[in-house]
Amino acid sequence: MTRPPDKVRKVRIYVMGKKYEVPEGLTIMKAMEYIGYKFIRGAGCRGGFCGACATIYRMEGDYRLQVALACQELVRDGMYLTMIPFAPAKKKTYDIRKLRPTPNVFLQLYPEIARCLSCNTCTRACPQDIPVMDYVQAALRGDIKEAAELSFDCIACGLCAVRCPAGIVPYYVGLLARRLYGKYMLPKSEELKRRVEEIRSGVFDAELDKLVGMSVDELKRLYEMRVVKR
Amino acid sequence: MRFPYYPGCTLKSSAVNFEKTALASAEALGVELVELPRWNCCGAVYSLTSDDLIHHTAPLRVLIRCQEAYKGGLVDEPRLVTLCAMCYNTLRRENAAVREDSERLRKLNEFMDKEENYECGVEVVHFLTILRNLGLRKISECVRQPLDGLRVAPYYGCLLLRPREVSVDDPENPTIMEDILEALGAEVVDIPYKAKCCGAYHGLVGDEVVAELSYRILRQASERGADVVVLACPLCEFNLGRQEVVRRRYRNFKPIPVVYFTQLMALAFGLPMEECGFEMNRIDPRPVLEKKLYR
Repeated sequence: MTRPPDKVRKVRIYVMGKKYEVPEGLTIMKAMEYIGYKFIRGAGCRGGFCGACATIYRMEGDYRLQVALACQELVRDGMYLTMIPFAPAKKKTYDIRKLRPTPNVFLQLYPEIARCLSCNTCTRACPQDIPVMDYVQAALRGDIKEAAELSFDCIACGLCAVRCPAGIVPYYVGLLARRLYGKYMLPKSEELKRRVEEIRSGVFDAELDKLVGMSVDELKRLYEMRVVKR
Repeated sequence: MRFPYYPGCTLKSSAVNFEKTALASAEALGVELVELPRWNCCGAVYSLTSDDLIHHTAPLRVLIRCQEAYKGGLVDEPRLVTLCAMCYNTLRRENAAVREDSERLRKLNEFMDKEENYECGVEVVHFLTILRNLGLRKISECVRQPLDGLRVAPYYGCLLLRPREVSVDDPENPTIMEDILEALGAEVVDIPYKAKCCGAYHGLVGDEVVAELSYRILRQASERGADVVVLACPLCEFNLGRQEVVRRRYRNFKPIPVVYFTQLMALAFGLPMEECGFEMNRIDPRPVLEKKLYR
């Protein structure tokens, strides 16, 4: 179907201040493409997972700013929106191999977290329902594990940083927590080490060469005949 | 008896020895301090501006967490116990402010619309108050290793005693720590500077103020024959416990060990010396403790 049916309702949206009428039922991203925008930045997986399409919008008549991912949120009548393809945020440079999982590491690299007001604006800005304030607070008191676990779903869309009144960039703090947690605190996988050794020593080379040498049809057949373990 | 316990940031980092020994002492006394399952920094400083409500969301949120814990049946009373005097000060003043000003409470509740409304049912107390309510007799009864022979100088600092409305004791001449330490068997050395400022955050911008004020306090304790100075707040420890700033300015200054009252309490209640966290105290108190207590 290349054209919406005539009976589809249209809704008013405002993109960067200009009014448009778009069919109801489209996501913000689809609606903007319907209008004629072509995304060369600010679009990625289109599946709510990469964080590229962070959007801030306001509903007519309501003073509150709201946030969403453009590829997930459906347009509504009276929506004033602007997409934020890039959140300007400074990531501190560090060598993870030189860091240690001490309680002070967050304050040393991101001292601004001490300015956290516990206002919860970051949590409200998060399109992934992450308790952002709670993981920033966990980092503030040096609880690496808690900060890592709570921030797990973060896609670094930048909305929390854009809205934080204290100038904190929560997603970089969460990133540091997860990196420290993964590298220094979680148990190491022995199987992974073994497998990497096997790969390095060429155990799988012959099989991979065979696959590379196959035609597209052969690969398709192979794929269709694969055995899926349930 | 289960009380809601609010640690505050410092108790989880530079003052874990304070927390550990406080929890151990409470347990010996039959008191359970239940850490709030979810908490945030109290904001540290109680904001004095009258129109800037954003700085009041942090402490109010802590009070709401306590309310949640009480309603959820995790604790028996909504009396929030703190160990850090600064947290105590901030939370207690916030509680008083919203109880007095219903408009302020309404605005804050509305702003924090993802939280349940704070209903002003929480009372904020310092652990010292809980101990006083338990009674000195109960404390004496739990003593296994009296601190006989140890001369201690309690120091209160500012935040436990000022402003008057939140003071845990007489702000000019408090005795609550003295009473507890005597119940533990120690000999109390009274220092007139026990309720005077140590310099607080001035240390962030320069040495002079902290050096002079802390020096006066510590020297007075030494001159009066104290073996250790005893604290009830981890922020006092920043200035009085870490004595480098004083030593830089006063070359003849002789360091004196500084401990938390719960470390001495836990020791008196029978906790082995190795478990009282003395390795975290900047000036090692173990030599003098061993000399005075374990002859």
